Amino acid sequence: MSTSETSATAGDVRPRLRWGVPAFVLLVLAAMVLAVAVPKTGYILNISLQATTYAIAVLGLTIVLGLCGQINLAQAAFFGLGAYAVGIGQTEYGLNFWVCLLVGTGMAAGFGALLGASTLRLGGHYLAMVTISFQQIVTLVLINWIPVTKGPDGVRAIPRPGFLADGSSYLAFCIAMLAGLGFLVWRLRDTRLGRAMRAVRDNELAAGVAGIDVYRTKVTAFALSAILGGIGGGLFAGGFAYVSPDQFSFAESVVFLTMVLLGGVASPIGAVIGTGLLILIPEWLRFLKSIPGLYLAIYGAAVILIVLFMPDGIWGYLRGQLDRFKRAVLPSRTAATLALSGGGEGTDTVMEVRGLSKHFGGLKAVDEVDLTIKRGGVHALIGPNGSGKTTTLNVLSGLYRATAGTIKLNGQDVTDLPPHARTKAGLGRTFQNIRLWRSMTALENVMVGAERPGSAVDNDPAALLARARAALAFVDLEDRADEVVANFSYGHQRAVEIARALAGDPALLLLDEPGAGLNSSEKVELRNLLKRISARGLTILIIDHDMTLVSEVAQHITVLNFGRRIANGYSADVLKHPDVIAAYLGTTPDVPA
Amino acid sequence: MDLVLQLLFTGIGIGSVYALVALGFVLIFRATNVVNFAQGEFSMVAAFLMVVFSLKIGLPYWIAFVLALVCMACLGAVFNLAVYYPLRHRTYLPVIISTIGASIFMANTTLAIHGPEPEVLSGWFDTPGFMLGPVYLDNQYVLIIVVTALLVVLQYWFFEHTLLGKKLQATSQDKEMASLLGIPVAVMIMITFVYSAVIGGIAGILVAPVLFVSIGMGATIALKAFAATIIGGFGDVTGAIIGGLALGVIETFGAAYISVPYKDGFAFLVLIAFLIFRPQGIFGERVAEKA
Repeated sequence: MSTSETSATAGDVRPRLRWGVPAFVLLVLAAMVLAVAVPKTGYILNISLQATTYAIAVLGLTIVLGLCGQINLAQAAFFGLGAYAVGIGQTEYGLNFWVCLLVGTGMAAGFGALLGASTLRLGGHYLAMVTISFQQIVTLVLINWIPVTKGPDGVRAIPRPGFLADGSSYLAFCIAMLAGLGFLVWRLRDTRLGRAMRAVRDNELAAGVAGIDVYRTKVTAFALSAILGGIGGGLFAGGFAYVSPDQFSFAESVVFLTMVLLGGVASPIGAVIGTGLLILIPEWLRFLKSIPGLYLAIYGAAVILIVLFMPDGIWGYLRGQLDRFKRAVLPSRTAATLALSGGGEGTDTVMEVRGLSKHFGGLKAVDEVDLTIKRGGVHALIGPNGSGKTTTLNVLSGLYRATAGTIKLNGQDVTDLPPHARTKAGLGRTFQNIRLWRSMTALENVMVGAERPGSAVDNDPAALLARARAALAFVDLEDRADEVVANFSYGHQRAVEIARALAGDPALLLLDEPGAGLNSSEKVELRNLLKRISARGLTILIIDHDMTLVSEVAQHITVLNFGRRIANGYSADVLKHPDVIAAYLGTTPDVPA
Repeated sequence: MDLVLQLLFTGIGIGSVYALVALGFVLIFRATNVVNFAQGEFSMVAAFLMVVFSLKIGLPYWIAFVLALVCMACLGAVFNLAVYYPLRHRTYLPVIISTIGASIFMANTTLAIHGPEPEVLSGWFDTPGFMLGPVYLDNQYVLIIVVTALLVVLQYWFFEHTLLGKKLQATSQDKEMASLLGIPVAVMIMITFVYSAVIGGIAGILVAPVLFVSIGMGATIALKAFAATIIGGFGDVTGAIIGGLALGVIETFGAAYISVPYKDGFAFLVLIAFLIFRPQGIFGERVAEKA
């Protein structure tokens, strides 16, 4: 398992899984046989049951916190919903165990989706507080809604399904569930959804611009996390036959959080390690429980220490050590040439902007700008600092909402669409300050770009991989496909960002100061790259301060000053325009204020 | 009608405490862009310090009060150095988790040292209260409201009319620029944490005679105060105060007319309603991401 886990890319996963999956299945079967065959005391059985069911809930945090970077401080509440559904459903309503488990999981999913949907448009600390609030409400309800929940006394004599009535076989079943769910969580990382979650975690803004519905991805991650909490709780109730409100309090949510942090948030293996340790250690140190509070005080201190000194957790640390022995696999240079359709055949206008304005309070950052971008050329948007270029680009790509005006892309009105929907409509962009997903490999970054909804390789993994490799090859970085981009030089990061936008096969590529911060040889490479892109028929709108670069690559230039368009036309004419010269060289600008 | 006025007075009294704690939230948020989830524990620790100094050792009330606040100032400094400062260059998530860890650590260390029994702390006054027209005014509530109002005025004067206040504001708005202008950013952040711990402490000591002094009081107050900041508009000082007062009133009326056991649930329902229908709060939010 460990070796297959280290392969970060979908391309490498399959061959290594050839022995990884059977080994994993054998291991799980062995654990199940052990669970049934080895005679054990009730104490050992209880600890094992607790560890397996808790681990399932902690897997939920692996998804929401590890993959998606969102916090959930109510996992014990979701755990409790599952547990009480299995408890009350069977003892009060005489329902079947499986039906109850399903209902409990459904309730957890429903509440999870509701909480996520109401909060995840906002910043992360809102989510932290709302999940704590939800946790408190659930605890209040469990204690006070006595006719249904039995109040502080809890629900007793919860049965198990007939064929699992024996504790050992029930444990074996829980192990199988944990293994199965753990495997799914592990596979999730390299699916489209998993990549989207990681992209959202690393850089939300870039994720939206790359075509990911950020909000939906976060809500999905949160709901999945709640579902795993619900399943774990349902199994817990069956295992212990008794549930009471204090088992699902805020303190337990903190225990879950500590477990996932200690083991490592990045992998289901970390979840299992963290859960196992935090169930076993307190059992070894039982004397700590004799003083109320001491035990949780240590948890609290542990959380701070882990965050300070071991941010990747135990498994993250071990992974780091293992990776040093990993053989470097040299990627083969087999990528096909990158196909760019240039947005297909259409009218000869790619983008039509009319009367675009963006006001920040009284400041008119962009003031009634018209812009027509012809298909197949390079169009430059230039102007002195503060003239509204980047604001214009942010309004065009949907990061800012336009105050007035319309934006049409390939004839479609995109003025009110969110960023990911504009990307779907055919927009691609890069950022002035590079926004890559820094913990992901170059290939993964580009794959997310290639997964643009509605693109040709949308639902074909092999084609997707081929396209991502082709895009990297196009910017001469195929050799470094499997390296994490945080280690790349500035120029190479810029190239990966362009490759990411190209991989989506956009109709129009927006480049925000691609030359900024590049040295002279990197600038030459950039110029050649832009010319190669343009030669494939892809339309580019570029912002840059480097007049040499602009005059060499652009056929059309639009000049902004003080948020207004002061010149527009063929490059050679515009650069001779007196207003442009005035704006750049600083004579009294002949522009109405 | 008399009952309504009575409830209104009580609600504003409780709401003042939420407002004070919310002020601590807002100050730290503006200085560091991080929500301090241990803010409520400052109140709890201060209340327990009062119990120790005033009840156990038997110091005069106001000496115990000053001593407790000195301890809170030190706690704020230690908190900054151990919980926030080492993480200042990381994203908000590790910092949030770290302050949550600190909150659990403070609550349970207090529990381990003191034990679970709640304490009763008497107030500043010997007399319980007086009648004003039809409304019975509890002295402690009057004190809470007056002290909160004074602190708010003092804070306004401090931020708007002193150089140190201006420097703190500059730090909260743009740390990089502030440090380029020679403002010692680390010191400013330290001051913010110390000040927040102290006003959290004042809130805790003020509310102690009204509630029981218990381990759980910090978490309860912090949640309400956070809800107050969201209702008022995140990061806005006026919003935090109005939000706190509103929440205190809603809660008191909810307990009187709807249900006592679920009293603590009302704040969260109002919070979730606000998040769904008006996430920017009453006064609009300051949270907007820059591209």
